[in-house]
Amino acid sequence: MLRYFFRRIGMVIPTFIGITILAFALIHLIPGDPVEVMMGERAVDPQMHAAALHRFGLDLPLPVQYLHYIEHAARGDLGVSVVTNISVTNEFFTRFPATVELSLCALLFALIVGVPAGVAAALKRGSVVDHTVMGTALTGYSMPIFWWGLLLIMFFSVWLGWTPVSGRISVEFDEPVVTGFMLIDTWLSGDPGAFRSAVSHLILPTIVLGTIPLAVIARMTRSSMLEVLREDYIRTARAKGLSPARVIVMHALRNALIPVVTVVGLQVGTLLAGAVLTETLFSWPGIGKWLIDAIARRDYPVVQGGILLIATLVIVVNLLVDLLYGVLNPRIRHTR
Amino acid sequence: MAELQFTPSVASPRSFLALREFWKQFSKNRGAVAAGSLLLVLLLIAVFAPWLVPHSPIEQYRDSVKIPPAWLAGGSWHFVLGTDEAGRDILSRLMYGARLSLFIGFVSVVLALIPGIVLGLIAAFFAKWTDAPIMRSMDVLLALPSLLLAVAVVAVLGPGLANTMMAIGVVGLPGYVRLTRASALGELQKDYVTASRVAGAGSLRLMFSQVLPNCAAPLIVQGTLGFSTAILDAAALGFLGLGVQPPSAEWGAMLASARDYIDNAWWIVTMPGIAILITVLAINLLGDGLRDALDPKLKRMA
Repeated sequence: MLRYFFRRIGMVIPTFIGITILAFALIHLIPGDPVEVMMGERAVDPQMHAAALHRFGLDLPLPVQYLHYIEHAARGDLGVSVVTNISVTNEFFTRFPATVELSLCALLFALIVGVPAGVAAALKRGSVVDHTVMGTALTGYSMPIFWWGLLLIMFFSVWLGWTPVSGRISVEFDEPVVTGFMLIDTWLSGDPGAFRSAVSHLILPTIVLGTIPLAVIARMTRSSMLEVLREDYIRTARAKGLSPARVIVMHALRNALIPVVTVVGLQVGTLLAGAVLTETLFSWPGIGKWLIDAIARRDYPVVQGGILLIATLVIVVNLLVDLLYGVLNPRIRHTR
Repeated sequence: MAELQFTPSVASPRSFLALREFWKQFSKNRGAVAAGSLLLVLLLIAVFAPWLVPHSPIEQYRDSVKIPPAWLAGGSWHFVLGTDEAGRDILSRLMYGARLSLFIGFVSVVLALIPGIVLGLIAAFFAKWTDAPIMRSMDVLLALPSLLLAVAVVAVLGPGLANTMMAIGVVGLPGYVRLTRASALGELQKDYVTASRVAGAGSLRLMFSQVLPNCAAPLIVQGTLGFSTAILDAAALGFLGLGVQPPSAEWGAMLASARDYIDNAWWIVTMPGIAILITVLAINLLGDGLRDALDPKLKRMA
């Protein structure tokens, strides 16, 4: 067990070093002079130019710069935003809870709808239900989610007026930030109006971000369920006279969900990529919108730091999923 | 292969048979055939757009701003799908958009596929020296979620058509490298490879004329699905303002400013999205059909 853990962790280290090199190289790959690019239209006199180069440490040889970068990054110092003068790590962690909250809700939505839909499709294989679920899933999988979001806003927010158009909460509520999770913070504040406002702001972004994971989960549940239903132990359970519901839930679904869990773990990347679009569309103050805004403002320290942090996050979550899978499934940890 | 004796001898009977076998499998899947036909129509529209469009895609009819589609009150058959906020004909823009989207999809798949195949084959053939460096570098690219990697590439290169294709190509690269390597490693175990080696075939010949054709099926499937991802990602970049720049009629870019017209001109919001959805859906259906027909082993996968 421990050997598997260490081997798996060991495999991640080169990837992680690669990511730091990539993030570091980013600023040097920009065509033209980085200082002029960051200063934009403003005229730069040579003295200011040299000062800026020095400030960013860009006047040192590359390997030295990289070592400096790593040294600072290890201490959690990823530089300072050119626009706001706030440290990149700070900016990241103030916005991170918003993205996590949205992603968790989206994942939950995808599971709650996707797993039963997949099970129903598998049980009624070849029926109208099956074709409907699979057709919908394929459509969801092919959906440009930013357009899907626009449609939902148009229908539910503008025409029906049921949900707000953007943001995390109405401006009249100003609740203290405790956890950064709007649902928890408004709940703690004891103001039911604020909580309702937070929930109604969450609904559409959750659906939009959850659509692709939902499609993937429904398809995966169906095929995995079909696989399991063919097993001998299911026939045995049925022959024993157990109720169909018990056979489906206790015997089939439990085993069918193992591959689904892995797929869920691998959706982190999809969620973060989707968050960029969803957050931009709904003006959701998370890390996706932060990154896009930074690119538009040519705030390169933020772009660099954001990419490093997001990639680290993906690597860590994928590693955890793998380790968890190794715990659940002994066959994995004994193969090379 | 009872059919063999009935087949008239053609230039290359083996590939002809394979093609017929493929078509027999593929044509059973009516959804995939329909999707393929639809794509063919889209392709024709894209190629012949300059002759088919009713109006110029960038001509602004200043006195016909936000005209609804023809079947609605206030619409006119002059502008079948209506006009946008600047008075441009939406149908013409969509037709030119098909041109851009299919072009971006095709080029970015090729940009990823060719280096992907070469790197994958190298990693499989010269595993001792090249496997670890190549595969670990691909892991680095895989650590960034697809769209974010594209965004990062565009952040460096700047927005625009060529850079969009480049960015999406980089995103697709690791998938092709891994797939080629895995299939090639499987093929390398087989006797025909040993036989060719003994017969004196060099590594290059083995790689490209012996092993690669046998890895083609999964690559074709992955390439098709990569085509739909590429179109979606290109549209997403366009929507974020990081892709093809206005006034080019790119489907995603057409949606970038659509938000402002949600409450008074729904057709500006809906039309480009329908075009993206239909195209991507058709490609995915076609990909599923190709997978089932070319690679029966994968049939059971989700």
